[in-house]
Amino acid sequence: MNFVLQMAWRDSRASRRRLALVALSVVLGIAALVGIGSFADNLQRNVEQQTKALLGSDLTLESRAGFSADAQAYFRTLGGEQAHEVALGSMITFPTRGNQRRLVQVRALEGNFPFYGELATAPADARAKLATGNFALLEDTLLVQFGVQVGDEVTIGRQTFTVAGALKKIPGESAVVAMFSPRVYVSRAALETTGLLLSKTFITHRTYFKLPPGRDPELLVPELKAKFRAQRWRYTTVEERKRDLGQTLKDTYAFISLVGFVALFLGAVGVASAMHVYIRQKIATVAVLRCLGASARTSFAVYLVQGAGVGLLGALLGAALGVSVQLVLPAVVKDFLPFPVEFLVSWPAVGKGALAGLVICLLFTLLPLLTVRRVSPLLAIRSAAGEPPGADPWRLALFFVIAAAVLGFAVWQTGHWATGVGFTLMMAAGFGTLAGVAQLVSWAARRLVPRKPLPYVWRQGIANLHRPNNRTVLLLLSLGLGTFLMLTLVLTRQTLLAKMLAIGGDTRPNLMFFDIQDDQAARVAAIAKANGAPLLAEAPIVTMRLTSLKGRPVEDLLKDEKSGIPAWTLRREYRSTYRGELTDTEKVTAGRFTGRVAPGEARVPVSVEASLAKDLQLSLNDALVFDVQGVPVNAYVGSLREVEWQRMQPNFFIVFPLGVLEPAPKTFVAAVHAASPAESAHLQQAVAKEFPGVSAIDLSLILQTVMGIVAKAVFVITFMAAFTVVTGIVVLAGAVLTGRFQRIRETVLLRTLGATRRQLRQIQLIEYAVLGVLAAVTGGGLAVAANALLARFVFKTPFVLSPLVLLISVAAAVAVTLVTGLITNRGVVDHPPLEVLRQET
Amino acid sequence: MLKVERLTKTYRTAGGPLTVLRDVSFELAAGASVAVVGPSGSGKTTLLGLCAGLDRATAGTVSVAGRDLGAMDEDARALVRNAHVGFVFQNFQLIPTLTALENVLVPVELAGDASRGDEARALLARVGLGERCDHYPVQLSGGEQQRVALARAFMNRPKILFCDEPTGNLDDDTAGAMVELIFGLNREHGTTLVLVTHNLELAKRCARIIRLKGGAVLHDEATGAA
Repeated sequence: MNFVLQMAWRDSRASRRRLALVALSVVLGIAALVGIGSFADNLQRNVEQQTKALLGSDLTLESRAGFSADAQAYFRTLGGEQAHEVALGSMITFPTRGNQRRLVQVRALEGNFPFYGELATAPADARAKLATGNFALLEDTLLVQFGVQVGDEVTIGRQTFTVAGALKKIPGESAVVAMFSPRVYVSRAALETTGLLLSKTFITHRTYFKLPPGRDPELLVPELKAKFRAQRWRYTTVEERKRDLGQTLKDTYAFISLVGFVALFLGAVGVASAMHVYIRQKIATVAVLRCLGASARTSFAVYLVQGAGVGLLGALLGAALGVSVQLVLPAVVKDFLPFPVEFLVSWPAVGKGALAGLVICLLFTLLPLLTVRRVSPLLAIRSAAGEPPGADPWRLALFFVIAAAVLGFAVWQTGHWATGVGFTLMMAAGFGTLAGVAQLVSWAARRLVPRKPLPYVWRQGIANLHRPNNRTVLLLLSLGLGTFLMLTLVLTRQTLLAKMLAIGGDTRPNLMFFDIQDDQAARVAAIAKANGAPLLAEAPIVTMRLTSLKGRPVEDLLKDEKSGIPAWTLRREYRSTYRGELTDTEKVTAGRFTGRVAPGEARVPVSVEASLAKDLQLSLNDALVFDVQGVPVNAYVGSLREVEWQRMQPNFFIVFPLGVLEPAPKTFVAAVHAASPAESAHLQQAVAKEFPGVSAIDLSLILQTVMGIVAKAVFVITFMAAFTVVTGIVVLAGAVLTGRFQRIRETVLLRTLGATRRQLRQIQLIEYAVLGVLAAVTGGGLAVAANALLARFVFKTPFVLSPLVLLISVAAAVAVTLVTGLITNRGVVDHPPLEVLRQET
Repeated sequence: MLKVERLTKTYRTAGGPLTVLRDVSFELAAGASVAVVGPSGSGKTTLLGLCAGLDRATAGTVSVAGRDLGAMDEDARALVRNAHVGFVFQNFQLIPTLTALENVLVPVELAGDASRGDEARALLARVGLGERCDHYPVQLSGGEQQRVALARAFMNRPKILFCDEPTGNLDDDTAGAMVELIFGLNREHGTTLVLVTHNLELAKRCARIIRLKGGAVLHDEATGAA
């Protein structure tokens, strides 16, 4: 062991510059991993805080019937802090604005809600004013819509209030609640004077909890459910709200994990590539050691120690660099951040990144190192003595271990087996394709390229692709894989951005009108069109209740505690629609969507939203009976649909075909896109003027929230992708740079024989150009295929491909190869041949 | 010390099997010296490689210091080489990353003995390189590199020394000095010497000459040299 360590140390002396190249790949890969891991932790923490701020509390309970004295007493025993709210829907009137009316949600809040995030008003002290008398805090859009000023009057029920200010922002609202009516806050005492508490049937009571430290809301919910079994409360926790943030956030996490993985993989490819070249140059030394009596194991151990040393050094430096990146990031990106992110060094991420980097680096180092075991001592006296024939079983085993490690890492990072397996297969396919292309190129360069008509530099450049000790396979793998991974990132980013913009983009609906009667629908559409905001979506709404499910009355199911069907799905009033086709937010996952049935059809095929079907335990063809405002309608599950609920347009749980519900009493909901808040207000006033009963919901606030999340995600994606792309470029440069050592001797020999620098550069240019183009094109093709698979199976979104981006990326990869190749070879042609030859001895 | 019996080596090539050595037999006592001569492609280097345990024979046996190399795996043969064999190559084959002293120390350090620095220095002084211990191969001339290789070959006190064209890359004066060193050290250490060479004058310095042609022994004769 002593000899191994000593020899490893001594032998590294003359090769430290080259080993630094190896370390460089690892350092940047691990730094990327540590940086990304730490950043992901920070982001996750911030999103966590952001989510808490969105909910405003640890737990929110909602009840129609209110909370009993017993319940309230129990709540107090939980400790922490609580706030209570009473909310009801009501029309309000603005006497100073021609008595215009608007449906709002009137709320009375007691306590210090929100506990997380802030309730922002203009002026800032508006909330404090509420307790001092008949003051009301109105949603900002109401003031804009009706041109109301602070100090104006507003009538709620039988009481007149003074507008205390505009509500700019309040946590705790789900988009659905805010969609239906703007909020108006008054004090509880003032609410009593409106008379609404007596006249309104639907009053919502909420209790907001700030739990003491150590109390997990996720554990408290089942406890409360068990204790207050008879109460039909609705529970909302931070975790649940986080789930509600939906697929977009999930995509972001998956992408971050992917980026971390790609950075490490690129680094590892750099290591394998550099070590391959390094070991090739050590073969003669190994043969001599073997002649002098070193066993295969000892020789192998010498270089394993070097590889491990490089890996360890790389891991430490990479971790340090990753940490420094984290420490300087606040100063660097502060101005560009769309939200304040507190950067803290995540030590678990540092440890995980360094360890994972070291393991992957060692595994990839072993790949070229295995050659050392098979070096024959005969090589010392006979240069033709190569490796023994036949496949090396250890190499095969190592490939399996690497595949397992890659799979393990991918699963660990993404948290999904399917994604991990898919990603590993994608990498394997990438490797296989590139290796195949490399073999094909070597073969074609030897067999197919005509020699005679070509000038010498072309012959030499092309011959470099197939001659013994050529670097075609190695460079094509490194460059191609680098291009593949980087381009996959670029294309994935594009796909995700396209998906996000489709959710909260500039042309999506942001203003919805509802309670539009049958005879008003055409006129509302005309008014919208005249105001420059034509209808983007319109849907009839028919309210109904479920009376029977698979032959069992709903009352029976509600009594059956073992049914496992959530009560709300049985009790709720369904607002269903009917139409002849699917919208672009829907996708049938089972069965066939029926767009029309003949009038009088005995059993109507309806389309049920997939998650509701799961809750109701429904399968295709299961029977359903609806009570449509007194008329029983027999239906069955004709199809199941996935609905993209994030999209701000009318979406429904149950969709009927045409030909059934048309005669039923119904209202319409219509969606338009207003270019600005002023335009939105103008259109709302125009519709309200003609149809006072039609209510309008401005989605701009909700959209702003969504766009805020999109902006954050876009920033993160851009930052991460840039980090990895830069890492990839360094690794690519490393691959080309290590190749320099292989070509240096023959380049110098050619110079000695009289080749001009121009000729040498042309030879290199031809070789690098062919390899660069092939690697970029193959890598690009793989990236397109990978992105199509990712879009379909991971991100579940249509594949977006911009040929221009693809072209630019491929051209950039070729340019990087060429420029790096030429720059790194400058030293060779500029130095006196003897000096270079002596260095290489 | 070295016993070779019916040694045959056949390579598989694209054009079919190629026998480069056939039915070679000879025996060397301790302290004996033999030169293997013959034209290029006659099998000299192959014979040396097989005798030193660097390769496996297709048929026949090789015994070094009473141990049958054919029965051993590569690691066991490596141990034999480390304990009993010294090498001098035509291309010197010094490890470029090690100094002259470190190169000389490799065989003993491989065996786990790190205490023989003084002996290595003395050996380097014996070959006239006492002042160049800390120089790297690139800083030494060809003759100097070959002298370091010779010192390395004697460092583990080998029972048998294999020299593959030891003067092939040296000028006449340097080669002459090198030959004196080889035979001088050989005498001092009582080592068995196997010398592969094209140089007949050099071959005649050995007690015996084996002449190969087409992979077979053409002549095996004593020279009368001591």
